[in-house]
Amino acid sequence: MIRVDNLNKDFILHAQGGVTIPVLRGAHLEVAPGECVALTGSSGSGKSTLLRLLQGNYAPAGGVIEVAGLDLATATPRQVAALRRATLGYVSQFLRVVPRVPALDVVADPLLALGMDEDEARSRAADLLARLNLPERLWGLSPTTFSGGEQQRVNIARGFVHPYPVLLLDEPTASLDPLNRAVVLDLIREAKARGAALVGIFHDAPARAEVADREVDVTAFSPDAVGRAPVQAEPA
Amino acid sequence: MSGLAMQALAEETPLLSVSGLTRFYGARVGCEDVGFDLYPGEVMGIVGESGSGKSTLLSCLAGHLETDAGKVVYNGQDVLTLAEPARRRLMRTDWAFVHQHARDGLRMNVSAGGNVGERLMAGGARHYGTIRQTAEDWLERVEIDPGRIDDRPSAFSGGMQQRLQIARGLVTGPRLVLMDEPTGGLDVSVQARLLDLLRGLVRRMGLSVVIVTHDIGVVRLLADRLMVMRHGRVVEHGLTDRVLDDPQHAYTQLLVNSVLPT
Repeated sequence: MIRVDNLNKDFILHAQGGVTIPVLRGAHLEVAPGECVALTGSSGSGKSTLLRLLQGNYAPAGGVIEVAGLDLATATPRQVAALRRATLGYVSQFLRVVPRVPALDVVADPLLALGMDEDEARSRAADLLARLNLPERLWGLSPTTFSGGEQQRVNIARGFVHPYPVLLLDEPTASLDPLNRAVVLDLIREAKARGAALVGIFHDAPARAEVADREVDVTAFSPDAVGRAPVQAEPA
Repeated sequence: MSGLAMQALAEETPLLSVSGLTRFYGARVGCEDVGFDLYPGEVMGIVGESGSGKSTLLSCLAGHLETDAGKVVYNGQDVLTLAEPARRRLMRTDWAFVHQHARDGLRMNVSAGGNVGERLMAGGARHYGTIRQTAEDWLERVEIDPGRIDDRPSAFSGGMQQRLQIARGLVTGPRLVLMDEPTGGLDVSVQARLLDLLRGLVRRMGLSVVIVTHDIGVVRLLADRLMVMRHGRVVEHGLTDRVLDDPQHAYTQLLVNSVLPT
């Protein structure tokens, strides 16, 4: 479902003299349906960058990033948008929503975008929020006022409300209590069982051990590892 | 994604196809060689600082300004070459324009219901009862108490006026909406309400939207795609979140990094 080959990523900071920061060199990753791969490596090694490249959020500097048959390096914005709608789910650490929309609608939103009937979409959203133990009195309120753990559960519900064939997880258990952490690990196992391909970053090592089939150490793709100069100034 | 879904996407034709659009103010560039395709149901944001040409572009699209060169193809027809009556008909049925200042898009001495009904009548509606009923429905859809149907917009708050302008524009069921800073000058709380309302309307009506703004937060929440303009030209375009989170052009980096943290 996912095939990354010879992927490079640099950031060029124009405002700071055109400094180029190379982040990934020759990254390689393959994920099969039903498999969960954990990205590991120290802070700053490029885990989040790789996850964002897989989501289409960052533009690669070179190489192939195929997700469900679409190469994100060459895809048009509309193709990426369509992929995200139906195929590629993402559980982010951050919640970006219009500050007035109730939590229930935030969760139902991906289903509405797929054209599902509003009542059906809300009822699925409600089932998932209930499963994640978000008190029903909060469903009608905007999650912008929620605690970190509550916001995270809204994000998780948004990512699991549609059975995406590919799912990216950025620290899905970071701010959860043991009870809700167990619910999230169950959701991940269920997604694997239905054949979804998952890639995640888990600082929570026991959680990683429970759900990940393999670990990929991103440090192997660091520019230092392949003996390149870490910083080079852009020619003036 | 299945090959079939990809093919369906590839075969869909744009609702609006703009190419080489250019407008000079004397020797000064308003906008130059701007081109983009807009597909049904798609929201495209245009950002850039004051004087970047984003409002000039929008005015050229809407026919408020003469264009020096370029094409604006809608439904297979270049609207810039349409005869004036045909262009006007298009603007009051298939297209809608939302001005930054509601008073530019409303008739301030006509009742709220009249403002909405007038556009329906311009589109050919004649039955008074039906027009009033539709106007009431639309006031409700934009969250204005239908009991205020006979009040003039001058008695409304800024946020209500903006919502009324949107009702007036959308009552004819347009397919394309051009918006110039629709949330500019509104309180933050009122902006959120308007954004939520717009998102819902875009989805339910399958609207295609071109929205010009200098507010990065607005495009992040509303636009599928983003175009960044500077000195009259497009310097970067792409998926909204990619342009904002991984900007490639020096100017886009400056623009994104200048947003104050909230």
